[in-house]
Amino acid sequence: MEHISPRGGLGTGLPSAYLSAGTSSFTDFLRVQAPELMPGGTGGKPMTVDARFEPRQDVPHGTTIVAVAFAGGVLIAGDRRATQGHIIAQRDVEKVYVTDDYSSVGIAGTAGLAIEMVKLYTVELQHYEKIEGVALSLDGKANKLSSMVRGNLDVALAGLAVLPLFVGFDLVENRGRIVSYDITGGRSEERAGFHAIGSGSLYARSSLKKLYEPGADRDTAVRAAVEALWDAADDDSATGGPDLARRIFPSIVTITAEDGAVRVPEDEAGAVAEAVVAGRAERPRG
Amino acid sequence: MTMPLYASPEQLMRDRSEYARKGIARGRSVIALKYVDGVVFVAENPSSTLHKVSEIHDRIGFAAAGRYSEYESLRRGGIRHVDLWGYSYDRRDVSARQLANVYAQTLGTIFTEQVKPMEVELCVAEVGDTAATDQLYRLTYDGSIVDEPQFLVMGGHTDPIVTFVKESYVEGQTLRAAVGLALRALTSATSNGAAADPPLGRLEVAVLDRTRPRRAFRRVEGAALDALLPVSETAPDADEESPAKPVEDVQLPPDDAGA
Repeated sequence: MEHISPRGGLGTGLPSAYLSAGTSSFTDFLRVQAPELMPGGTGGKPMTVDARFEPRQDVPHGTTIVAVAFAGGVLIAGDRRATQGHIIAQRDVEKVYVTDDYSSVGIAGTAGLAIEMVKLYTVELQHYEKIEGVALSLDGKANKLSSMVRGNLDVALAGLAVLPLFVGFDLVENRGRIVSYDITGGRSEERAGFHAIGSGSLYARSSLKKLYEPGADRDTAVRAAVEALWDAADDDSATGGPDLARRIFPSIVTITAEDGAVRVPEDEAGAVAEAVVAGRAERPRG
Repeated sequence: MTMPLYASPEQLMRDRSEYARKGIARGRSVIALKYVDGVVFVAENPSSTLHKVSEIHDRIGFAAAGRYSEYESLRRGGIRHVDLWGYSYDRRDVSARQLANVYAQTLGTIFTEQVKPMEVELCVAEVGDTAATDQLYRLTYDGSIVDEPQFLVMGGHTDPIVTFVKESYVEGQTLRAAVGLALRALTSATSNGAAADPPLGRLEVAVLDRTRPRRAFRRVEGAALDALLPVSETAPDADEESPAKPVEDVQLPPDDAGA
Protein backbone atom coordinates (compact mmCIF):
# COMPACT_ATOMS: atom_id res chain seq x y z
CA MET A 1 0.00 0.00 0.00
CA GLU A 2 1.49 3.30 -1.06
CA HIS A 3 -0.42 5.46 1.33
CA ILE A 4 1.29 6.84 4.38
CA SER A 5 -1.06 8.84 6.52
CA PRO A 6 0.52 11.94 8.00
CA ARG A 7 -0.85 11.00 11.42
CA GLY A 8 -1.18 7.26 11.55
CA GLY A 9 1.25 4.62 10.48
CA LEU A 10 1.45 2.62 7.29
CA GLY A 11 -1.83 1.28 6.00
CA THR A 12 -4.10 2.62 8.71
CA GLY A 13 -7.38 4.27 7.91
CA LEU A 14 -8.60 7.63 9.09
CA PRO A 15 -8.15 8.09 12.87
CA SER A 16 -11.36 8.55 14.82
CA ALA A 17 -10.64 12.26 15.32
CA TYR A 18 -11.02 12.70 11.56
CA LEU A 19 -14.42 11.04 11.54
CA SER A 20 -15.91 12.87 14.52
CA ALA A 21 -18.51 15.55 14.00
CA GLY A 22 -16.28 17.88 16.01
CA THR A 23 -15.15 21.20 14.69
CA SER A 24 -15.61 22.73 11.26
CA SER A 25 -12.47 24.79 11.70
CA PHE A 26 -9.32 23.63 9.98
CA THR A 27 -7.15 25.66 12.37
CA ASP A 28 -8.61 23.90 15.41
CA PHE A 29 -8.16 20.58 13.70
CA LEU A 30 -4.57 21.38 12.78
CA ARG A 31 -3.76 22.52 16.33
CA VAL A 32 -4.75 19.12 17.67
CA GLN A 33 -3.61 16.86 14.85
CA ALA A 34 -0.46 18.55 13.58
CA PRO A 35 0.62 21.35 15.92
CA GLU A 36 4.06 21.51 14.28
CA LEU A 37 2.40 22.83 11.11
CA MET A 38 0.82 25.85 12.81
CA PRO A 39 2.24 29.22 11.70
CA GLY A 40 5.02 30.18 14.06
CA GLY A 41 5.79 26.52 14.56
CA THR A 42 5.37 26.46 18.32
CA GLY A 43 2.15 24.51 18.18
CA GLY A 44 0.34 27.11 20.20
CA LYS A 45 2.69 26.70 23.16
CA PRO A 46 4.02 30.00 24.46
CA MET A 47 7.59 30.66 23.42
CA THR A 48 10.16 32.47 25.52
CA VAL A 49 9.78 36.12 24.77
CA ASP A 50 12.19 38.95 25.33
CA ALA A 51 9.52 41.56 25.36
CA ARG A 52 11.31 44.22 23.43
CA PHE A 53 8.71 44.64 20.70
CA GLU A 54 10.82 46.18 18.02
CA PRO A 55 10.62 44.89 14.49
CA ARG A 56 13.50 42.53 13.96
CA GLN A 57 15.85 43.66 11.24
CA ASP A 58 17.11 40.22 10.19
CA VAL A 59 13.97 38.82 8.52
CA PRO A 60 12.09 40.08 5.44
CA HIS A 61 9.21 42.47 6.03
CA GLY A 62 6.34 43.37 3.79
CA THR A 63 5.32 46.98 3.70
CA THR A 64 2.38 49.00 2.36
CA ILE A 65 -1.15 47.78 1.63
CA VAL A 66 -4.10 50.01 0.72
CA ALA A 67 -7.80 49.22 0.46
CA VAL A 68 -10.41 51.36 -1.27
CA ALA A 69 -14.17 50.85 -1.49
CA PHE A 70 -15.96 51.79 -4.70
CA ALA A 71 -19.48 51.63 -6.09
CA GLY A 72 -20.49 47.96 -6.04
CA GLY A 73 -17.25 46.63 -4.63
CA VAL A 74 -13.96 47.03 -2.87
CA LEU A 75 -10.32 46.67 -3.86
CA ILE A 76 -7.05 45.97 -2.12
CA ALA A 77 -3.62 46.77 -3.50
CA GLY A 78 -0.07 46.35 -2.32
CA ASP A 79 3.41 47.29 -3.37
CA ARG A 80 5.82 44.47 -4.20
CA ARG A 81 8.79 45.15 -1.96
CA ALA A 82 10.08 43.13 1.00
CA THR A 83 12.85 44.64 3.08
CA GLN A 84 15.31 43.18 5.53
CA GLY A 85 16.75 46.02 7.58
CA HIS A 86 18.06 48.46 4.99
CA ILE A 87 18.29 45.87 2.24
CA ILE A 88 15.61 45.14 -0.34
CA ALA A 89 15.00 41.44 0.25
CA GLN A 90 12.66 40.90 -2.70
CA ARG A 91 11.37 43.18 -5.44
CA ASP A 92 8.36 41.20 -6.60
CA VAL A 93 6.91 39.67 -3.45
CA GLU A 94 3.16 39.01 -3.49
CA LYS A 95 1.41 40.52 -0.47
CA VAL A 96 -2.21 40.53 -1.61
CA TYR A 97 -4.01 37.20 -1.65
CA VAL A 98 -7.42 36.07 -2.79
CA THR A 99 -8.66 34.05 0.17
CA ASP A 100 -12.01 32.91 -1.20
CA ASP A 101 -14.64 33.91 -3.77
CA TYR A 102 -15.57 37.13 -1.98
CA SER A 103 -12.64 38.06 0.20
CA SER A 104 -9.02 39.04 -0.03
CA VAL A 105 -6.26 39.74 2.48
CA GLY A 106 -3.19 41.96 2.23
CA ILE A 107 -0.35 41.52 4.67
CA ALA A 108 2.25 43.72 6.29
CA GLY A 109 4.95 42.68 8.73
CA THR A 110 7.12 39.60 8.90
CA ALA A 111 6.74 38.14 5.43
CA GLY A 112 7.39 34.49 6.22
CA LEU A 113 4.86 34.29 9.04
CA ALA A 114 2.34 36.44 7.21
CA ILE A 115 2.34 34.28 4.09
CA GLU A 116 1.97 31.18 6.24
CA MET A 117 -0.94 32.80 8.10
CA VAL A 118 -2.74 33.70 4.88
CA LYS A 119 -2.18 30.20 3.53
CA LEU A 120 -3.78 28.71 6.64
CA TYR A 121 -6.57 31.27 6.52
CA THR A 122 -7.35 30.42 2.89
CA VAL A 123 -7.54 26.71 3.69
CA GLU A 124 -9.66 27.56 6.75
CA LEU A 125 -12.31 29.41 4.71
CA GLN A 126 -12.54 26.75 2.06
CA HIS A 127 -12.51 23.95 4.64
CA TYR A 128 -15.45 25.47 6.46
CA GLU A 129 -17.33 25.95 3.21
CA LYS A 130 -16.77 22.35 2.16
CA ILE A 131 -17.69 20.82 5.52
CA GLU A 132 -20.72 22.98 6.21
CA GLY A 133 -21.91 23.37 2.64
CA VAL A 134 -22.20 27.16 3.02
CA ALA A 135 -19.55 29.87 3.18
CA LEU A 136 -18.87 31.82 6.38
CA SER A 137 -20.55 35.20 6.72
CA LEU A 138 -18.29 38.18 6.15
CA ASP A 139 -18.17 38.95 9.87
CA GLY A 140 -17.38 35.30 10.53
CA LYS A 141 -14.45 35.50 8.15
CA ALA A 142 -13.21 38.75 9.73
CA ASN A 143 -13.48 37.29 13.25
CA LYS A 144 -11.62 34.16 12.26
CA LEU A 145 -8.74 36.26 10.97
CA SER A 146 -8.85 38.23 14.21
CA SER A 147 -8.30 35.10 16.28
CA MET A 148 -5.39 34.08 14.05
CA VAL A 149 -3.70 37.45 14.56
CA ARG A 150 -4.24 37.12 18.30
CA GLY A 151 -2.68 33.66 18.19
CA ASN A 152 0.45 35.30 16.88
CA LEU A 153 0.70 37.75 19.79
CA ASP A 154 3.64 36.05 21.55
CA VAL A 155 5.62 36.01 18.35
CA ALA A 156 4.62 39.60 17.63
CA LEU A 157 5.99 40.68 21.02
CA ALA A 158 9.28 39.06 20.06
CA GLY A 159 9.44 41.47 17.14
CA LEU A 160 7.84 39.33 14.45
CA ALA A 161 4.48 41.03 14.11
CA VAL A 162 2.05 40.23 11.30
CA LEU A 163 -0.74 42.61 10.40
CA PRO A 164 -3.38 41.77 7.82
CA LEU A 165 -5.86 44.04 6.11
CA PHE A 166 -9.08 42.26 5.19
CA VAL A 167 -11.49 43.26 2.44
CA GLY A 168 -14.59 41.41 1.37
CA PHE A 169 -17.88 41.81 -0.37
CA ASP A 170 -20.82 41.34 1.99
CA LEU A 171 -23.52 39.59 -0.03
CA VAL A 172 -26.13 40.29 2.65
CA GLU A 173 -25.50 44.01 2.98
CA ASN A 174 -24.51 44.19 -0.69
CA ARG A 175 -21.42 46.34 -0.25
CA GLY A 176 -17.66 46.03 -0.02
CA ARG A 177 -16.19 46.19 3.49
CA ILE A 178 -12.70 46.87 4.86
CA VAL A 179 -11.53 45.49 8.21
CA SER A 180 -8.20 46.31 9.85
CA TYR A 181 -6.47 44.66 12.82
CA ASP A 182 -3.98 45.44 15.53
CA ILE A 183 -1.45 42.91 16.84
CA THR A 184 -3.70 41.87 19.72
CA GLY A 185 -6.32 40.74 17.22
CA GLY A 186 -8.57 43.74 17.77
CA ARG A 187 -10.57 44.28 14.62
CA SER A 188 -12.09 47.52 13.48
CA GLU A 189 -14.16 48.16 10.43
CA GLU A 190 -12.99 51.10 8.32
CA ARG A 191 -16.18 52.93 7.47
CA ALA A 192 -14.41 55.85 5.80
CA GLY A 193 -14.16 53.76 2.63
CA PHE A 194 -10.37 53.48 2.54
CA HIS A 195 -7.51 52.34 4.74
CA ALA A 196 -3.81 51.57 4.61
CA ILE A 197 -1.42 49.49 6.71
CA GLY A 198 2.33 48.95 6.81
CA SER A 199 5.36 51.19 7.00
CA GLY A 200 4.17 53.54 4.25
CA SER A 201 0.59 53.61 5.49
CA LEU A 202 0.86 57.13 6.90
CA TYR A 203 1.65 58.58 3.49
CA ALA A 204 -0.76 56.30 1.62
CA ARG A 205 -3.63 57.16 3.96
CA SER A 206 -2.95 60.88 3.71
CA SER A 207 -2.91 60.54 -0.05
CA LEU A 208 -6.19 58.62 -0.10
CA LYS A 209 -7.76 61.17 2.21
CA LYS A 210 -7.44 63.69 -0.62
CA LEU A 211 -7.99 61.37 -3.56
CA TYR A 212 -10.81 59.15 -2.34
CA GLU A 213 -14.18 59.80 -3.92
CA PRO A 214 -17.12 58.01 -2.25
CA GLY A 215 -19.17 56.11 -4.81
CA ALA A 216 -16.55 56.36 -7.55
CA ASP A 217 -16.32 53.60 -10.14
CA ARG A 218 -13.78 50.79 -10.17
CA ASP A 219 -11.26 52.43 -12.51
CA THR A 220 -11.16 55.61 -10.45
CA ALA A 221 -10.58 53.55 -7.31
CA VAL A 222 -7.78 51.56 -8.94
CA ARG A 223 -6.12 54.82 -9.99
CA ALA A 224 -6.48 56.27 -6.46
CA ALA A 225 -4.93 53.13 -4.92
CA VAL A 226 -1.94 53.23 -7.25
CA GLU A 227 -1.50 56.97 -6.61
CA ALA A 228 -1.52 56.28 -2.86
CA LEU A 229 1.09 53.54 -3.24
CA TRP A 230 3.21 55.97 -5.26
CA ASP A 231 2.97 58.53 -2.48
CA ALA A 232 3.95 55.87 0.06
CA ALA A 233 6.92 54.79 -2.06
CA ASP A 234 7.88 58.43 -2.53
CA ASP A 235 8.43 59.02 1.19
CA ASP A 236 8.94 55.56 2.69
CA SER A 237 12.13 53.73 1.75
CA ALA A 238 10.63 50.34 2.54
CA THR A 239 7.79 50.72 0.02
CA GLY A 240 8.51 49.98 -3.63
CA GLY A 241 7.08 52.13 -6.41
CA PRO A 242 6.08 50.81 -9.82
CA ASP A 243 9.24 49.44 -11.43
CA LEU A 244 8.88 50.31 -15.12
CA ALA A 245 12.29 48.91 -16.06
CA ARG A 246 11.63 45.47 -14.59
CA ARG A 247 7.89 45.59 -15.31
CA ILE A 248 6.95 45.09 -11.66
CA PHE A 249 3.64 46.74 -10.81
CA PRO A 250 1.44 46.86 -7.71
CA SER A 251 -0.73 43.80 -7.22
CA ILE A 252 -4.42 44.65 -7.05
CA VAL A 253 -7.47 42.50 -6.27
CA THR A 254 -11.01 43.76 -6.86
CA ILE A 255 -14.12 42.20 -5.32
CA THR A 256 -17.59 42.75 -6.72
CA ALA A 257 -20.88 40.90 -6.40
CA GLU A 258 -20.83 39.79 -10.06
CA ASP A 259 -17.22 38.69 -10.53
CA GLY A 260 -16.18 37.89 -6.96
CA ALA A 261 -12.54 38.36 -5.99
CA VAL A 262 -10.37 38.70 -9.09
CA ARG A 263 -6.83 39.86 -9.60
CA VAL A 264 -6.47 42.90 -11.84
CA PRO A 265 -4.53 41.68 -14.89
CA GLU A 266 -0.84 42.61 -15.07
CA ASP A 267 -1.44 44.62 -18.27
CA GLU A 268 -4.09 46.79 -16.67
CA ALA A 269 -2.09 47.33 -13.47
CA GLY A 270 0.90 48.22 -15.66
CA ALA A 271 -1.11 50.71 -17.72
CA VAL A 272 -2.45 52.43 -14.60
CA ALA A 273 1.00 52.53 -13.02
CA GLU A 274 2.49 54.05 -16.17
CA ALA A 275 -0.26 56.66 -16.27
CA VAL A 276 0.42 57.55 -12.64
CA VAL A 277 4.17 57.82 -13.25
CA ALA A 278 3.57 59.98 -16.34
CA GLY A 279 1.17 62.17 -14.37
CA ARG A 280 3.70 62.65 -11.58
CA ALA A 281 6.39 63.56 -14.11
CA GLU A 282 4.24 66.56 -15.02
CA ARG A 283 2.98 67.33 -11.52
CA PRO A 284 5.33 65.78 -8.94
CA ARG A 285 3.01 66.45 -6.02
CA GLY A 286 0.03 64.77 -7.69
CA MET B 1 -18.76 -21.52 33.10
CA THR B 2 -20.44 -20.38 29.92
CA MET B 3 -19.27 -21.41 26.51
CA PRO B 4 -18.43 -18.48 24.25
CA LEU B 5 -20.57 -18.43 21.15
CA TYR B 6 -18.61 -19.60 18.16
CA ALA B 7 -19.17 -18.40 14.65
CA SER B 8 -16.79 -19.19 11.81
CA PRO B 9 -15.02 -16.21 10.21
CA GLU B 10 -16.75 -16.98 6.90
CA GLN B 11 -20.11 -16.83 8.61
CA LEU B 12 -19.24 -13.56 10.36
CA MET B 13 -18.13 -11.87 7.14
CA ARG B 14 -21.16 -13.18 5.26
CA ASP B 15 -23.51 -11.85 7.92
CA ARG B 16 -21.85 -8.45 7.96
CA SER B 17 -21.90 -8.24 4.15
CA GLU B 18 -25.55 -9.12 4.07
CA TYR B 19 -26.31 -6.55 6.75
CA ALA B 20 -24.44 -3.82 4.89
CA ARG B 21 -25.96 -4.70 1.52
CA LYS B 22 -29.46 -4.60 2.94
CA GLY B 23 -28.82 -1.21 4.48
CA ILE B 24 -27.45 0.23 1.25
CA ALA B 25 -30.23 -1.25 -0.87
CA ARG B 26 -32.82 0.70 1.12
CA GLY B 27 -31.36 3.99 -0.12
CA ARG B 28 -31.91 5.76 -3.40
CA SER B 29 -29.45 5.53 -6.25
CA VAL B 30 -26.55 7.72 -7.27
CA ILE B 31 -24.95 7.72 -10.70
CA ALA B 32 -21.52 9.13 -11.49
CA LEU B 33 -20.44 9.18 -15.10
CA LYS B 34 -17.78 10.77 -17.22
CA TYR B 35 -18.65 13.38 -19.82
CA VAL B 36 -16.55 15.46 -22.15
CA ASP B 37 -15.45 18.07 -19.57
CA GLY B 38 -15.16 15.85 -16.51
CA VAL B 39 -17.49 13.89 -14.26
CA VAL B 40 -21.16 14.44 -13.51
CA PHE B 41 -22.98 13.13 -10.42
CA VAL B 42 -26.74 12.59 -10.54
CA ALA B 43 -28.46 11.50 -7.35
CA GLU B 44 -32.04 11.02 -6.40
CA ASN B 45 -32.31 12.95 -3.16
CA PRO B 46 -35.50 14.29 -1.61
CA SER B 47 -33.56 16.65 0.64
CA SER B 48 -31.98 19.77 -0.76
CA THR B 49 -29.70 20.31 2.24
CA LEU B 50 -28.54 16.82 3.25
CA HIS B 51 -26.28 16.30 0.28
CA LYS B 52 -25.16 13.02 -1.22
CA VAL B 53 -22.65 14.71 -3.47
CA SER B 54 -19.97 17.03 -2.21
CA GLU B 55 -16.69 18.76 -2.92
CA ILE B 56 -13.61 17.27 -1.33
CA HIS B 57 -10.79 19.24 -2.89
CA ASP B 58 -10.00 21.46 -5.88
CA ARG B 59 -10.26 18.63 -8.43
CA ILE B 60 -11.92 15.92 -6.32
CA GLY B 61 -15.57 15.18 -5.74
CA PHE B 62 -17.39 12.71 -3.53
CA ALA B 63 -20.71 10.91 -3.81
CA ALA B 64 -22.24 8.37 -1.51
CA ALA B 65 -25.21 6.09 -1.04
CA GLY B 66 -26.43 4.43 2.12
CA ARG B 67 -26.73 5.69 5.66
CA TYR B 68 -26.37 9.47 5.82
CA SER B 69 -24.71 9.80 9.23
CA GLU B 70 -22.02 7.30 8.26
CA TYR B 71 -21.03 8.69 4.88
CA GLU B 72 -21.24 12.22 6.28
CA SER B 73 -18.58 11.36 8.85
CA LEU B 74 -16.46 9.76 6.11
CA ARG B 75 -16.91 12.87 3.99
CA ARG B 76 -15.73 15.12 6.83
CA GLY B 77 -12.81 12.81 7.47
CA GLY B 78 -11.86 12.91 3.82
CA ILE B 79 -11.99 16.70 3.66
CA ARG B 80 -9.86 16.95 6.79
CA HIS B 81 -7.40 14.46 5.41
CA VAL B 82 -6.92 16.13 2.02
CA ASP B 83 -6.83 19.65 3.47
CA LEU B 84 -4.14 18.60 5.95
CA TRP B 85 -2.28 16.81 3.16
CA GLY B 86 -2.51 19.81 0.84
CA TYR B 87 -1.51 22.18 3.63
CA SER B 88 1.56 20.24 4.69
CA TYR B 89 2.75 19.55 1.12
CA ASP B 90 1.01 21.34 -1.74
CA ARG B 91 -2.53 21.43 -3.09
CA ARG B 92 -1.35 19.67 -6.24
CA ASP B 93 -0.09 16.73 -4.22
CA VAL B 94 -3.62 15.75 -3.22
CA SER B 95 -4.97 12.94 -5.38
CA ALA B 96 -8.15 10.91 -5.58
CA ARG B 97 -6.14 7.68 -5.69
CA GLN B 98 -4.55 8.52 -2.38
CA LEU B 99 -7.86 9.52 -0.80
CA ALA B 100 -9.53 6.37 -2.13
CA ASN B 101 -6.81 4.30 -0.50
CA VAL B 102 -7.41 5.98 2.85
CA TYR B 103 -11.15 5.38 2.54
CA ALA B 104 -10.53 1.75 1.61
CA GLN B 105 -8.35 1.29 4.69
CA THR B 106 -10.93 2.96 6.91
CA LEU B 107 -13.85 0.94 5.58
CA GLY B 108 -11.83 -2.29 5.63
CA THR B 109 -10.76 -1.79 9.23
CA ILE B 110 -14.29 -1.05 10.37
CA PHE B 111 -15.64 -4.02 8.43
CA THR B 112 -13.28 -6.52 10.02
CA GLU B 113 -12.91 -5.08 13.51
CA GLN B 114 -16.28 -3.64 14.42
CA VAL B 115 -19.47 -5.53 15.00
CA LYS B 116 -21.46 -3.33 12.66
CA PRO B 117 -20.05 -2.53 9.22
CA MET B 118 -20.67 0.85 7.60
CA GLU B 119 -23.75 0.75 5.40
CA VAL B 120 -22.28 2.97 2.72
CA GLU B 121 -20.96 2.91 -0.79
CA LEU B 122 -18.68 5.74 -1.86
CA CYS B 123 -17.47 7.26 -5.07
CA VAL B 124 -14.31 9.36 -5.25
CA ALA B 125 -13.75 11.15 -8.55
CA GLU B 126 -11.02 13.40 -9.83
CA VAL B 127 -10.73 15.39 -13.05
CA GLY B 128 -7.36 15.78 -14.69
CA ASP B 129 -6.22 18.09 -17.47
CA THR B 130 -7.57 15.75 -20.14
CA ALA B 131 -10.40 13.23 -20.24
CA ALA B 132 -7.83 10.42 -20.26
CA THR B 133 -6.62 11.38 -16.79
CA ASP B 134 -10.06 11.53 -15.14
CA GLN B 135 -10.43 8.98 -12.36
CA LEU B 136 -13.49 7.33 -10.89
CA TYR B 137 -13.19 5.04 -7.85
CA ARG B 138 -15.89 2.99 -6.22
CA LEU B 139 -15.48 1.97 -2.59
CA THR B 140 -17.72 -0.55 -0.92
CA TYR B 141 -18.56 -1.25 2.72
CA ASP B 142 -15.84 -3.92 3.05
CA GLY B 143 -13.06 -1.65 1.85
CA SER B 144 -12.74 -3.01 -1.67
CA ILE B 145 -11.81 -0.46 -4.26
CA VAL B 146 -12.59 -0.50 -7.96
CA ASP B 147 -11.31 1.88 -10.63
CA GLU B 148 -14.28 2.39 -12.95
CA PRO B 149 -13.47 3.34 -16.54
CA GLN B 150 -16.74 5.05 -17.53
CA PHE B 151 -19.47 5.25 -14.93
CA LEU B 152 -20.66 3.83 -11.65
CA VAL B 153 -24.02 3.30 -10.02
CA MET B 154 -24.51 3.03 -6.26
CA GLY B 155 -27.43 2.48 -3.92
CA GLY B 156 -30.48 0.27 -4.10
CA HIS B 157 -31.81 -1.66 -7.16
CA THR B 158 -28.83 -0.81 -9.30
CA ASP B 159 -29.07 -3.67 -11.79
CA PRO B 160 -31.60 -2.12 -14.20
CA ILE B 161 -29.76 1.21 -13.97
CA VAL B 162 -26.38 -0.38 -14.69
CA THR B 163 -27.83 -2.24 -17.67
CA PHE B 164 -29.43 0.90 -19.02
CA VAL B 165 -26.33 3.08 -18.65
CA LYS B 166 -24.07 0.39 -20.09
CA GLU B 167 -26.23 0.18 -23.21
CA SER B 168 -26.56 3.90 -23.77
CA TYR B 169 -23.17 5.23 -22.63
CA VAL B 170 -21.03 6.93 -25.26
CA GLU B 171 -17.55 8.40 -24.83
CA GLY B 172 -17.18 12.16 -24.87
CA GLN B 173 -20.86 13.04 -24.47
CA THR B 174 -21.98 16.52 -23.55
CA LEU B 175 -23.19 17.44 -20.08
CA ARG B 176 -26.77 17.65 -21.31
CA ALA B 177 -26.56 14.18 -22.86
CA ALA B 178 -24.96 12.75 -19.72
CA VAL B 179 -27.61 14.20 -17.39
CA GLY B 180 -30.35 13.02 -19.76
CA LEU B 181 -28.89 9.53 -19.79
CA ALA B 182 -28.62 9.41 -16.00
CA LEU B 183 -32.17 10.64 -15.60
CA ARG B 184 -33.56 8.04 -18.02
CA ALA B 185 -31.55 5.38 -16.20
CA LEU B 186 -32.99 6.39 -12.82
CA THR B 187 -36.48 6.40 -14.34
CA SER B 188 -35.94 2.93 -15.78
CA ALA B 189 -35.35 1.64 -12.28
CA THR B 190 -38.52 3.11 -10.82
CA SER B 191 -40.70 2.21 -13.79
CA ASN B 192 -40.68 -1.47 -12.84
CA GLY B 193 -43.14 -1.05 -10.01
CA ALA B 194 -45.14 2.07 -10.68
CA ALA B 195 -45.62 4.12 -13.80
CA ALA B 196 -42.59 5.96 -15.16
CA ASP B 197 -42.05 8.82 -12.77
CA PRO B 198 -38.90 10.78 -13.50
CA PRO B 199 -37.49 12.07 -10.21
CA LEU B 200 -37.58 15.70 -11.35
CA GLY B 201 -37.50 18.07 -8.43
CA ARG B 202 -35.79 15.46 -6.30
CA LEU B 203 -32.56 15.51 -8.25
CA GLU B 204 -29.19 16.47 -6.90
CA VAL B 205 -26.80 17.18 -9.73
CA ALA B 206 -23.18 18.32 -9.49
CA VAL B 207 -20.22 18.33 -11.84
CA LEU B 208 -16.47 18.25 -11.67
CA ASP B 209 -15.68 20.49 -14.61
CA ARG B 210 -12.05 20.61 -15.74
CA THR B 211 -12.61 23.93 -17.54
CA ARG B 212 -13.28 25.75 -14.27
CA PRO B 213 -10.17 27.58 -13.11
CA ARG B 214 -9.45 26.56 -9.53
CA ARG B 215 -12.21 24.57 -7.93
CA ALA B 216 -13.69 22.13 -10.41
CA PHE B 217 -16.73 21.21 -8.32
CA ARG B 218 -20.00 22.96 -9.04
CA ARG B 219 -23.55 22.20 -7.97
CA VAL B 220 -26.06 22.41 -10.78
CA GLU B 221 -29.22 23.81 -9.24
CA GLY B 222 -32.27 25.88 -10.06
CA ALA B 223 -32.36 27.42 -13.51
CA ALA B 224 -29.04 25.85 -14.52
CA LEU B 225 -30.47 22.41 -13.78
CA ASP B 226 -33.76 23.09 -15.57
CA ALA B 227 -31.79 24.09 -18.65
CA LEU B 228 -30.02 20.72 -18.63
CA LEU B 229 -33.07 18.52 -18.23
CA PRO B 230 -34.30 16.87 -21.43
CA VAL B 231 -36.63 18.96 -23.56
CA SER B 232 -39.10 16.08 -23.92
CA GLU B 233 -39.93 16.33 -20.21
CA THR B 234 -40.83 19.97 -20.56
CA ALA B 235 -42.47 19.68 -23.96
CA PRO B 236 -45.68 21.50 -22.96
CA ASP B 237 -43.64 24.46 -21.73
CA ALA B 238 -41.67 24.55 -24.97
CA ASP B 239 -44.94 24.65 -26.91
CA GLU B 240 -46.17 27.52 -24.82
CA GLU B 241 -42.95 29.40 -25.33
CA SER B 242 -42.83 29.18 -29.08
CA PRO B 243 -46.04 31.14 -29.71
CA ALA B 244 -44.95 33.59 -27.03
CA LYS B 245 -41.86 34.63 -28.94
CA PRO B 246 -43.59 36.21 -31.95
CA VAL B 247 -45.74 38.17 -29.53
CA GLU B 248 -42.58 39.58 -27.99
CA ASP B 249 -41.36 40.54 -31.42
CA VAL B 250 -44.60 42.32 -32.10
CA GLN B 251 -44.38 44.11 -28.79
CA LEU B 252 -40.82 45.23 -29.34
CA PRO B 253 -41.38 48.15 -31.72
CA PRO B 254 -43.70 50.07 -29.35
CA ASP B 255 -41.06 49.62 -26.61
CA ASP B 256 -38.41 51.03 -28.89
CA ALA B 257 -40.67 53.87 -29.89
CA GLY B 258 -41.40 54.59 -26.25
CA ALA B 259 -37.67 54.67 -25.48
